[in-house]
Amino acid sequence: MNERVYEIGLTVNGVPRSATAPARRLLSDFLRHDLGLTGTHVGCEHGVCGCCTVLLDGDPVRSCLTFAITVEGREVTTVEGLADPDGTLSPVQQAFQDSHGLQCGFCTPGFLCTVTALLRDNPAPTEAEVLEGISGNLCRCTGYQNIIKAVLSLSRGVSRTAQENGAGNATTQRGSGDHVR
Amino acid sequence: MKPPPFDYHAPRTLGEALDALAEAGGDGKVLAGGQSLIPLLNMRLAAPGQLIDINRVAALDTLVREPGGIRVGALARHSRVERSSGHPLLRQALRHVAHPAIRNRGTVVGSLAHADPAAELPAVLAVLGGWVEVASVSGTRTIPAASFFAGPLESALLPGELAVSAFFPSLPPRSGSAFAELARRHGDYALAGVAAVVELDASGAVTSARIGCLGVAATPLVLDLTPYLMASGAFADAVAYVRERAEPDGDIHASAGYRRHLLGLLAARTLSEAHATASSPGPSAHRITGGTTDE
Ligand SMILES: Cc1cc2nc3c(=O)[nH]c(=O)nc-3n(C[C@H](O)[C@H](O)[C@H](O)COP(=O)(O)OP(=O)(O)OC[C@H]3O[C@@H](n4cnc5c(N)ncnc54)[C@H](O)[C@@H]3O)c2cc1C
Ligand code: FES
Ligand code: FES
Repeated sequence: MNERVYEIGLTVNGVPRSATAPARRLLSDFLRHDLGLTGTHVGCEHGVCGCCTVLLDGDPVRSCLTFAITVEGREVTTVEGLADPDGTLSPVQQAFQDSHGLQCGFCTPGFLCTVTALLRDNPAPTEAEVLEGISGNLCRCTGYQNIIKAVLSLSRGVSRTAQENGAGNATTQRGSGDHVR
Repeated sequence: MKPPPFDYHAPRTLGEALDALAEAGGDGKVLAGGQSLIPLLNMRLAAPGQLIDINRVAALDTLVREPGGIRVGALARHSRVERSSGHPLLRQALRHVAHPAIRNRGTVVGSLAHADPAAELPAVLAVLGGWVEVASVSGTRTIPAASFFAGPLESALLPGELAVSAFFPSLPPRSGSAFAELARRHGDYALAGVAAVVELDASGAVTSARIGCLGVAATPLVLDLTPYLMASGAFADAVAYVRERAEPDGDIHASAGYRRHLLGLLAARTLSEAHATASSPGPSAHRITGGTTDE
């Protein structure tokens, strides 16, 4: 069968990109296979794990539940686009590193995109709001505590008390300066 | 897994969409937010020959407040409706629909068309007595919620029909609403849930009390509890009646008996909350109740 293909153009991390793909190409596969941007990870392909979360015109979406052709012409930000062009980590990336918010790193691109949007929309989330905000992202390694700690360290409302108490209730007792980088 | 191949249509107007749907007939499927359909395609549980992607039909991307309620167009996403519908019960329920990233794509009308018995919005539309506006090449029709949900994952839509909008009636003065559900994690489909609406007269006496239940029957279960709430001291009878009317199934997440028990608790909680909101002066409708992470 000769499947029809389309020329699909998107702006990815500020750069216009395009490739030829059939209509059934998932945005996740379009980014990874057609554009070679393998930072976006794919876990479940049915919306549950959150690994594939990218920003579409700034808002987090599941790239495994979106056809590339549907979002033709729109702006996509992937984990590759979060750091500065000179390689300086974004505040969210830096906080994940400082708080040991990742181990194997498989879930991390999805968390970073989700949390970037979460903190933009709510710069001072409470611990409950952080938990709700990341409830759609699964991590099999960290047990979440250090991820929560990373996000809370950036929360304007909570950060002072969290740092004074060595990070709040659901987080470990280690302060962010305890480890050597 | 990856979706099976399909012929893709990207109409820009409602007319083009209806023409494409008519031509596709039983082989056609509407693609709205894709948050239910694409998982089914990825798992190859669905394989429509023709996909009619309505995401470019700007005329469907509407959210209109009308005197009697809010009209939600087929492209209005959960997140937008949650932010700006101004409808307390809709907002209370939408907080529980999936996760923010899924709410950024999924549509309210798509959720109704999908007709999942565990979904929040069908129960909300049903308890409010709302309706769905439907169009096809041969005309338009209005389907009341009571006949829109035909069975599990089955709506009253016929091949060639597009759900254009849904109308959620607003609540009258001196009324209150509440929503509560229990899910294993916030954003998961619920084990059971209840949307309650209580209306009072000027003296504070109950004139109407209804609940819409999800997760406990093949379609949203709407129960009129007015007689129980009008009589003093009959609250326990109302809860017993709710448990009696539910027909939950058991599965790996919860037994039928547990769901029935839970439904009674959620009904009691939401009815009290809706009653309290109805009795308190001022814009108390902004209170959000229940849920898995509130406590
Ligand atoms: C991980 C995960 C968790 C979820 N949790 C919940 C939850 O807790 N509660 C909940 O309610 N939902 C949940 N959902 C589903 C989500 O709310 C969907 O957005 C919604 O059910 C379908 O809306 P959609 O716009 O994405 O529809 P689509 O996936 O595009 O379509 C769904 C079905 O409806 C049909 N359809 C859609 N729009 C129309 C229309 N205008 N006219 C005719 N037919 C139409 C399609 O053909 C298809 O059959 C979850 C989804 C995921 C992936
Ligand atoms: S791969 Fe998209 S949510 Fe799991
Ligand atoms: S760090 Fe391994 S899954 Fe999250």
